[in-house]
Amino acid sequence: MSHSLVTMSYIIATILFILSLSGLSKQETARKGNYYGMLGMAIAIAATALSGYVTSYEVLLGALVVGGAIGARAAIKVEMTQMPELVAIMHSLVGMAAVLVGYANFLDVSHPLIGVEKTIHEVEIYIGILIGAVTFSGSVIAFCKLSEKISGKPLLLPGRHWFNLLLLIAAVALAGVFLQQSENGSAIVPLAIMTGIALIFGIHMVMAIGGADMPVVVSMLNSYSGWAAAATGFMLSNDLLIVTGALVGSSGAILSYIMCRAMNRNFISVIAGGFGAAAGGEAAVIEGEVQPIDADETAQLLLEAKNIMIIPGYGMAVAQAQHTVNEITKLLKEKGKKVGFGIHPVAGRMPGHMNVLLAEAKVPYDIVYEMDEINEDWAHVDVSIVIGANDIVNPSALDDPNSPIAGMPVLECWKGGTTIVLKRSMASGYAGVGNPLFVLENTRMLFGDANATMQAVLKALKG
Amino acid sequence: MKIGIPKEIHPGEKRVATTPEAAEQIIKLGFAVLVETGAGIGANISDDAYKEAGAEIVDNAKTLWEQSDIVIKVRAPERHPELTTDETDLLREGGRLISFIWPAQNPELMEKLAAKQATVLAMDSVPRMSRAQKLDALSSMANIAGYRAIVEAAQHFGRFFTGQITAAGKIPPAKVLVIGAGVAGLAAIGAAKGMGAIVRAFDTRPEVKEQIESMDAEFLMLDFKEEGSGTGGYAKTMSKEFIEAEMALFARQAMEVDIIVTTALIPGKPAPKLITKGMVESMKPGSVIVDLAAEQGGNCELTEKDQVVVRHDVTIIGYTNLPSRLANQSSQLYSTNIRHLLTELSPEKNGEINVNMDDEVIRGATVIKEGKITWPPPPPKLSAAPAPQTEAPAYVVQEAPKASPLKQLLPLIIGGAALFAIGAVAPEAFMAHFTVFVLACFVGYQVIWNVSPSLHTPLMSVTNAISGIIVIGALVQVSTPDSTIKILAGLAILIASINIAGGFLVTRRMLEMFRK
Repeated sequence: MSHSLVTMSYIIATILFILSLSGLSKQETARKGNYYGMLGMAIAIAATALSGYVTSYEVLLGALVVGGAIGARAAIKVEMTQMPELVAIMHSLVGMAAVLVGYANFLDVSHPLIGVEKTIHEVEIYIGILIGAVTFSGSVIAFCKLSEKISGKPLLLPGRHWFNLLLLIAAVALAGVFLQQSENGSAIVPLAIMTGIALIFGIHMVMAIGGADMPVVVSMLNSYSGWAAAATGFMLSNDLLIVTGALVGSSGAILSYIMCRAMNRNFISVIAGGFGAAAGGEAAVIEGEVQPIDADETAQLLLEAKNIMIIPGYGMAVAQAQHTVNEITKLLKEKGKKVGFGIHPVAGRMPGHMNVLLAEAKVPYDIVYEMDEINEDWAHVDVSIVIGANDIVNPSALDDPNSPIAGMPVLECWKGGTTIVLKRSMASGYAGVGNPLFVLENTRMLFGDANATMQAVLKALKG
Repeated sequence: MKIGIPKEIHPGEKRVATTPEAAEQIIKLGFAVLVETGAGIGANISDDAYKEAGAEIVDNAKTLWEQSDIVIKVRAPERHPELTTDETDLLREGGRLISFIWPAQNPELMEKLAAKQATVLAMDSVPRMSRAQKLDALSSMANIAGYRAIVEAAQHFGRFFTGQITAAGKIPPAKVLVIGAGVAGLAAIGAAKGMGAIVRAFDTRPEVKEQIESMDAEFLMLDFKEEGSGTGGYAKTMSKEFIEAEMALFARQAMEVDIIVTTALIPGKPAPKLITKGMVESMKPGSVIVDLAAEQGGNCELTEKDQVVVRHDVTIIGYTNLPSRLANQSSQLYSTNIRHLLTELSPEKNGEINVNMDDEVIRGATVIKEGKITWPPPPPKLSAAPAPQTEAPAYVVQEAPKASPLKQLLPLIIGGAALFAIGAVAPEAFMAHFTVFVLACFVGYQVIWNVSPSLHTPLMSVTNAISGIIVIGALVQVSTPDSTIKILAGLAILIASINIAGGFLVTRRMLEMFRK
């Protein structure tokens, strides 16, 4: 295959990737978008494999088949509640691959360069490995936090900002050493030290971020994995990699921005870690008595209501209650009720996590609404059911300027008729903030495991 | 425990303390229910209905009172017309009674009950707090009284409530003034509004303005600053100046409106006289006044308790038994209140009651405990009105400091300078790639903003798969003779292909699940 033909194939692959991402903007075109992506990837790999660079097909095919099989198995096996973990671990793989490609490229001396070009090339390798290593270790930690292998609580070392700064300075200083030593061929040492520093930096960065900020972290790492690919593209002078990396990088960056806005948090402060450290005064203490309710009464309320809104949170995923919730939804719809789902952008541990869970339980997506679509309409809602969510329905975000989550947009369910909150106990949410919603006059608390209580409600509804 | 429901004996009283539906629920709590024969007749409930619900019918009052551990009534005990003895005497020594008592107005009754070593829970003494709303019989009765007041007014009013323009001429809508917008007042507003009248309302408590306006009625403002909220959500006596201003307002309104419904009550005091004889005289002939405060002496000077009188061509209704005039409805609500009280009293649902004096609601309702008068209870801690604010809220919304134009431009300037710096040193080949990179960032930016939030997870897994494109970098290196590089590249291919296959397949799996 001639060089021009390969380039042309890359252009086609690039276009297919862009179409793939734009296809994902709507439900109707999303599946097509995914196929565009697959096609683009197939074309890119085939063109490269046939380009004449590649001669050792046995290694190539072996690695592709084994890797593909592992990936396919993971994709088929994964539970929808574990999606955030899968995504996180896949980010780490991209980072890892970037590091490996970087080292391979560094060791490859078959294309000697001179002068500025050499320097730029070496800087590219350095940056590529740096981003790759941060992505790798950060994603591994994110994976561990999401799968609760390590605690979701932020680890706040004293002077952590200084520590980060120190690492950054060390990385920059090492770049100088690296460039100097590459003249006489012993640059591998500073490169390895820098890789170590980058790994520590990635670990430290994600360790300091609290569980509630996980959606931001996951999308930020998504962005990093893209930048790692782009840096590799610069290193190899490959436009396809640059474009794809840039697409993924900006996609992740936008998602992070959307998540931050949904929590009214500054991106920098999320990355710097810790939660609520900047809160001005004492948050108001919540006083009052909660009013418990049982499953029968809940069923009664639901039968009397016309317009019902369900607000799911991560707790629903934990209790695996989405299927029961769907059963209840179907039953209520048969009885002529209007049932909808209100999704807060940061519900769950990953952007869009709740939508995927509800889709898995076969909840039709046209009754699943975004926060902005429904937040004006609470007055028409007779009963809202909050399942395993807390901070995203916390009124103090709006009216208590001292609350750690002040200013975060929330689902204003208390403006509707009755709110039923399903909760295991009176513990506070992930943000560690008390919730005055629970003691409001039109709130009823339904205590217990979400799935068990929803089952009981379903039974009561049937009869 | 056995719960006894006697027939009400007050003349004209048609309500009954428990309906068959409530009886069924009470039996579920573990109690046995005895009902005096004919107890539900006034509310159109037959003895058979009670039997069906699992209650036992007892054929005379005396047996019923003797057999019951707890007697539940609507009206306070009084002289039994047939047995010529007092209901209090029928109560067992050490028995329990739940009904309206009005301990402030009936000190003698309280003494008598205490002498019997009885435990008495007064439905009128249930504290006014959120948790106790479901057993607040005063509110449920007031709601009915308010509704019924409008029905009575319509009965005696010679015209339509709603306005109409017909071939036979124009009908002006009736104008209704509601004084006192408590539960009864608001119910009256709702009923009058529903019939098409123009409704105005007045209350000394400013916090009800919103409630009145939410019912689409007009709140009459008094140009006078004084807070009328007492404790427990009730009104208090106002100053002399305030009352004068108020009376002037009523005098003006009386000339204009067709119907006045008064519901002004101050706890433990005779009803304030708001409508004077002069005001009645100034009203249009055929107008109607419904005085819901007749029991406490009436808000109108000319009201006669339990009577409908016509004075100066104005019909003045002084019924005190309005809830009883909707006996079925009020029995239903009252018995639901009773059921909730029993649920509170019997938390273990074992048919035993526990008068737990540490529970604020039960403490409030219990006026006599085992012969000891426990009324009045300590004042309730919570009020329906907000805590008084002495000054304007201290918290002022901080205006976000406007970023200076320099600050807004700074990132652009820095970015531009950095680009120029790169351009100054970078070779041409790099610049070509850099162009592609920047353009790709912008394309990504434009495309991703359109992605619907529900697809954010699939988006992430697809971008994950796509960033597996890094495999290309490994592919071009895998064929070098150097074995270290070969191993590194081979590993990279392996890892990246996990990503590619995993990412695309899991996206496909997710997207298959999304359905309409």
